[in-house]
Amino acid sequence: MYTVKVAAANAPRRNIASVSEIRLEKVTKRFGAVRAVDAVSFGAQKGKFVVLLGPSGCGKSTLLRLIAGLEEVSEGRIFIEDRDVTNLDPTKRRISMVFQSYALFPHMTVEQNVAFGLKQMRVIKPEITRRVGEMLDMVKLGQFTKRKPHQLSGGQRQRVALARALVTKPKLLLLDEPLAALDKKLREHTQFELISLQETLGVTFIVVTHDQEEAMTLSTRIGVMNHGEIVQVGTPSEIYEYPNSRFVTEFIGSVNMFEGRLIEDEPAYVRIQCDEFEAPIFVDHGVSSAPGATVWAAIRPEKVHLGRDKPASPDNWAMGVVRDIAYMGDLSVYLLRLDSGKVVRVTQPNIFRHAEDRITWDERVYLSWHASSPVVVTK
Amino acid sequence: MGNARPPAQPRSDVARWLQRVIPKGKSLVTSVPYLWLLLFFLIPFVIVLKISFSDTQIAMPPYQPLFSWAADQVLQVKLHLSNFAFLVQDDLYWMSYLTSLKVAAISTLLCLLIGYPMAYAIARSRESTRNILLLLVILPFWTSFLLRVYAWIGLLKNNGFINNTLMALGIIDQPIQMMQTDFAVYLGIVYSYLPFMILPLYTTLVKLDLTLLEAAADLGSRPWEAFLKITLPLSVPGIIAGCMLVFIPAIGEFVIPSLLGDPGMLMIGKVLWTEFFNNRDWPVASAVAIALLLLLVIPIMIFQHFQESGGGAHR
Repeated sequence: MYTVKVAAANAPRRNIASVSEIRLEKVTKRFGAVRAVDAVSFGAQKGKFVVLLGPSGCGKSTLLRLIAGLEEVSEGRIFIEDRDVTNLDPTKRRISMVFQSYALFPHMTVEQNVAFGLKQMRVIKPEITRRVGEMLDMVKLGQFTKRKPHQLSGGQRQRVALARALVTKPKLLLLDEPLAALDKKLREHTQFELISLQETLGVTFIVVTHDQEEAMTLSTRIGVMNHGEIVQVGTPSEIYEYPNSRFVTEFIGSVNMFEGRLIEDEPAYVRIQCDEFEAPIFVDHGVSSAPGATVWAAIRPEKVHLGRDKPASPDNWAMGVVRDIAYMGDLSVYLLRLDSGKVVRVTQPNIFRHAEDRITWDERVYLSWHASSPVVVTK
Repeated sequence: MGNARPPAQPRSDVARWLQRVIPKGKSLVTSVPYLWLLLFFLIPFVIVLKISFSDTQIAMPPYQPLFSWAADQVLQVKLHLSNFAFLVQDDLYWMSYLTSLKVAAISTLLCLLIGYPMAYAIARSRESTRNILLLLVILPFWTSFLLRVYAWIGLLKNNGFINNTLMALGIIDQPIQMMQTDFAVYLGIVYSYLPFMILPLYTTLVKLDLTLLEAAADLGSRPWEAFLKITLPLSVPGIIAGCMLVFIPAIGEFVIPSLLGDPGMLMIGKVLWTEFFNNRDWPVASAVAIALLLLLVIPIMIFQHFQESGGGAHR
């Protein structure tokens, strides 16, 4: 997670974070009886890289279109730099958008596409030429100025779309699934380019994506959306390590979810008895819930240890049979079946090149984890 | 014939030759339109071209043969260029060409002005209503073209539906002369050819990616500017196709001006008819037809060339 560190470390250095660039207050969008966006309140500070993450149909694209002014808000207010723009025309919001399809004008050259926004702003010609040239150099398209969009590759088109959106110096750049149309290798490369572009320009980026890996890599802040609501906002590591609901836990990364009852509920620790295996789950932090309540303990695959010896502790272990192993190179994914029938996913890093006594198919092994590993969610 | 068998071993040279000459598969399919064009366009064209170079005679057929055997096995070819010279000398032909061009151009423009908003509205309507609207556009074709033009006579004549209604309502006390005017001709042509304008326009407009307009709005365009800078340029192929489909038949239009128009209005289609059937001057009539064809084909070819070199960007 090298990139996250870079982005996170850079954000406060700009130190204009006190200015809230955009603020949403209980923004709701109804399509007929459906609430596509439901009372979303949310803010982003200047120069941040915010990602709205959620499954398809969760309303994240609609929210982006509301901010851009392409859809009308049913209820609530939108502020940009403390100015109410809820009913402001999209042309006056100083927001640019990069569309998922890029929406490049097919009858114009790269240069004309990029110059479009400046021409609409009635910028004088030499100024347009200069800014378009600079922008195209910045996205490394300097030699493609006379090409038409259909003569460009997917990655180049995306860069034209970026240049077109950024050349007008918007306060806010909205990107709708910016990497979805690119292949995997190019996607990874472009992620880093987006980050460096954002850092150079200092413009607030709001990206919508359904790809959690992309969200983790790009953002300084993630807003996880579900059913038209923002269910959790936080840094990538907060979202991953301290999810606040089953939805967020399962949506970000893969996880093993165990349903159980609270049998001990102390401020410093809790014990959960779960139906899937005998040993209770011991968690070394408190949970705000009543004893006896149904809770879910989520354990990430990489936080489970596999071993042939029975763990000494009475808590935090289970037994399972190895059903499947997938070798991924850097790590191996084990699928183990507990006696209850539940399948648990465990990843083990492949530290040694020739491990002779590696745990293998049909072996019966112990699964164990540290008391700090389980995340307990109550909803 | 030998080629009815599977192509194992053609027995004779004839069978082998047939097998090679008769097209198969894909080339068989593509040869059909070529055959059609050859039979119903190229051959008639050559015949008309031939007649245009001959001279009239009172006989059947009413023109002299182009090739004749003179004495001692000499093939004599008589090319009478007089017909074409006649076209240039006589004002009548020039005037009727120009009238036809003018009528066709104005009708095309009117069709475009009326058809574009209609096509736009259909393309932007909901998908369920779209098909109904398209059906309504095509619906007139279920009645014969000739009958529809005659129906306009019933509407436009002095004691026709429109005049009677207006008089009954007391709006006018004298019938308005609409029949046998230029107005009636334009009305007839625009009415008849409007679907040919709407359909190609609709197909280009319905394909237009609406996010392009959103992108334009996002970059600061008002709806009107976005229309001028995005929608209009991207619908140029449809505009060209629609204009061609209206302009070309309109220029040679014969039925509408002779039924609805002023008998004194000279259009090239009418002149052609008069030369052929009233004057029985087939060579001059053929020359008129050839000249008309050249007048149409050359601009179309220039257009095609322009389209291919400049229009490659439109997907």
